[in-house]
Amino acid sequence: MQSVVFPNKILPYALVAPQIVLTVVFFFWPASQALYQSMMREDPFGLQSSFVGLANFSNILADENYLHALRVTVVFSLATALLSMGIALLLATAADTVVRGKGFYRTMMIIPYAVAPAVAGMLWLFMFNPAMGTFAYILRRNGIPWDPLLNGDQAMSLVVVAAAWKQISYNFLFFVAGLQAIPKSLLEAAAIDGARGARRFWTIVFPLLAPTTFFLLVINTVYAFFDTFGIIHSVTGGGPAKATETLVYKVYNDGFVNLNLGSSAAQSVVLMVIVIALTAFQFRFVERRVHYG
Amino acid sequence: MATIELKDVRKVYGGNIDAIKGVSLDIADGEMIVLVGPSGCGKSTLLRMVAGLEGISGGDVVINGKRVNDLEPAERDIAMVFQNYALYPHMTVKQNLAYGLKNRGTPKDEIERRITEAARALEIEAFLARKPRQLSGGQRQRVAMGRAIVRKPAAFLFDEPLSNLDAKLRVQMRVEIRRLQQSLATTSIYVTHDQMEAMTLADRLVVLNAGCIEQVGTPIELYEKPATTFVATFIGSPSMNLMTLGDGIGWTGPDGAGLPPDATIIGIRPEDIVIADGSLIGGFCTRVQVIAVELVGAESYVHGAAENGSIIVCRVPGRSIIGIGETLDLAAMPDRFHLFDRDGKRV
Ligand SMILES: Nc1ncnc2c1ncn2[C@@H]1O[C@H](COP(=O)(O)OP(=O)(O)OP(=O)(O)O)[C@@H](O)[C@H]1O
Ligand SMILES: [Mg+2]
Repeated sequence: MQSVVFPNKILPYALVAPQIVLTVVFFFWPASQALYQSMMREDPFGLQSSFVGLANFSNILADENYLHALRVTVVFSLATALLSMGIALLLATAADTVVRGKGFYRTMMIIPYAVAPAVAGMLWLFMFNPAMGTFAYILRRNGIPWDPLLNGDQAMSLVVVAAAWKQISYNFLFFVAGLQAIPKSLLEAAAIDGARGARRFWTIVFPLLAPTTFFLLVINTVYAFFDTFGIIHSVTGGGPAKATETLVYKVYNDGFVNLNLGSSAAQSVVLMVIVIALTAFQFRFVERRVHYG
Repeated sequence: MATIELKDVRKVYGGNIDAIKGVSLDIADGEMIVLVGPSGCGKSTLLRMVAGLEGISGGDVVINGKRVNDLEPAERDIAMVFQNYALYPHMTVKQNLAYGLKNRGTPKDEIERRITEAARALEIEAFLARKPRQLSGGQRQRVAMGRAIVRKPAAFLFDEPLSNLDAKLRVQMRVEIRRLQQSLATTSIYVTHDQMEAMTLADRLVVLNAGCIEQVGTPIELYEKPATTFVATFIGSPSMNLMTLGDGIGWTGPDGAGLPPDATIIGIRPEDIVIADGSLIGGFCTRVQVIAVELVGAESYVHGAAENGSIIVCRVPGRSIIGIGETLDLAAMPDRFHLFDRDGKRV
C-alpha cells in the first residue's frame, strides 16, 4: 500500500476526530465503565461501592437464572435466525422467478426493515394480544388455547416471529444478490444434466449460496443476541416467568430495574466478549473460508 | 447417434428483435456441423434453441425424427459444452462428471465405469479428486468435455468452447475435439467465430449472417465457391479482394471478354494474385502502389492501393523485399475469378 503524506499536520487529525470522539464517547467510555463496575459491589443503599475483583463474574456464572437466560438466548437466537433466513430464502427464490414488476416486489419486501424494533414488537403484540388481537381470536376460535401471557413457549414463539419478521428484509436482499451472482450457465448446465426444481435447488443453488448463508447466519445471530431488546421489551417484557428473558434483557432488568449494577456490568462484559468473538469469527471464516471461484 | 433437423426455425426476442429469421438445416448422423458468422448473427441463439435453453418462436427442431420443441433440455438427450465451462464449483471433477448420470438414475458401477473411461480418453484421471478452481483453463476445458461424453448423448453442442484458451492450447484442443468426435461418431453442432477452427473441424460449415443462413457446404466448397460476397470475405484470411467492375478500377485485359454480363463484382483471393513480370498473358492486371507489407513468417501480405484508391492485398511467398512506396503490377488468371452480381450473389 502506498503511504500518503499530508502536507498539513493538523488537518488529518481534525478529519478523523469526529469518528474518534464518537467511538470514545459511545464505546470506549461506557465499555470501560462497565469493566470498572463489573468489579465493584454497591451497598444496598447505593451510597458506596467496594472492589470485589472477579466475584461478580463467578456469581453470575454460578447463577441458575443467568444460565437459564443463556439457554433462552441460544434458543431464541437460533430460532430467529433460522426462521427469518428460511422465509427470506423462500421469498428470494420466488422473487427470482418473477418476470414482471421485480423492482416493485423487492421494494415492498424491504419495508419491514425500516420499522423500528419497538414498533415491530407492538405490531405483533396487537395482532396476537389474547384480549384484543385478531390473530389471537382466530387461533382461539380454531381450538388453540392461545395465551402468551401465561404460556412460556407461546411467548417465545411470539417474540421469535416478531424478531424474525423484522430481519426477513435484510436476509432477502442478501439472498437475492446471492442468487443473482450464480452464473446462469451453471443453472443451464444443471438443466441439461437433468436436475430440476427441488433437486436443482439443493444440489446446485443452495451449495452455491453457502457463503451468503453463512454470513447471514452470523449476522442474524448477532442481531438476535443484541438487537432485539426493543421487541422483547414491548412484547413480553421477558416473561412469563423469565421464559423470554435473553442475556441482553437480563442486563437491563438486573441493572436498571433491580439496580444490581455490579452484576449487570459483569453480564454486559460477558456480552461484549461474545460480540468480539462472533465478529472475529465472522472476519476469519466468512471473509476467507467459504468462497468458491 | 442422431440426426437433427431444423425446419424454418425462428427466434424473436421480446416481441421485436428478430434474432433468427427462418433457418432450415438437415444434419446427418455423426456429422460435425460448424456454425460461423460475425458477432451477434445468432449462432448462440440457434444452438441454445436446439439445446432447449431458449424457447422456439417458430418452426420445428427435430432430433432423431422426434419434434422436441416442447421438451426440457434434459429430455432432448443432448450435452452442451459452454464457453466458460460452467463446471459446478462446489463439486469435485468426479462429481461434476457423475452429476448428470446420477440425476438420470444410472447405476453406481456404470457411473464409475463411464467416468474411468472418459477420464482416460481425456487424460484427466489425475484430477478427479480436485475442485474446478484447482485446475488450469485447459484442464477445465477437458473436464467440461468429459461431462459431455460420459452421458453418451445423441448430440454434442459446443458454444465457442475454446475461446478462453491461449492460441497454442486452442490448436491442441481443436485436434483433440475432432479426434474424440470422430471416434465417438456423435452428431455435433459447434459454434465459433474463429474461421481456422471452423475450417478444420467442420464436416459441413454453416455461415450465418444476421439470423439467416448465407451458405452451407464443406469447408472447401465454401472456400472455392462462396455463394455470396459475404461468405467470400468471411472465409479465408486475409480475406478476398472485392472490386467493382467498370468503375475505373484499373484492371486492364482483353476488354472484359468472357465475363458474364451481369457480373458487377469481381473477387480474387490474395493467393491468386501474382506480381506480373510481363509474361502473364490473357490475365487481368493493374498497377498499385505498395502501402504496407505484413511479414507473417512463411509468407508476406502486400497491401497496395490502386489508382482509384481501392486496396488490394496479395500474398507473396517468403519474406518479401518489397518496400513501401514501390509500384507493382499485379495480375491474376481469369479462372481464379469469383464473380458476383449487383446483390452480391455468385454468378
Ligand atoms: N436475451 C436476449 N434478449 C434480446 N435479444 C437477445 C437476447 N439474446 C440475444 N439477443 C440478440 O440476438 C442476436 C443474436 O445473439 P447471439 O447471442 O445468438 O449472437 P452470437 O452469434 O452468438 O454472437 P457472439 O459471436 O458474439 O457470441 C443479437 O443481436 C443479440 O443482441
Ligand atoms: Mg455467442
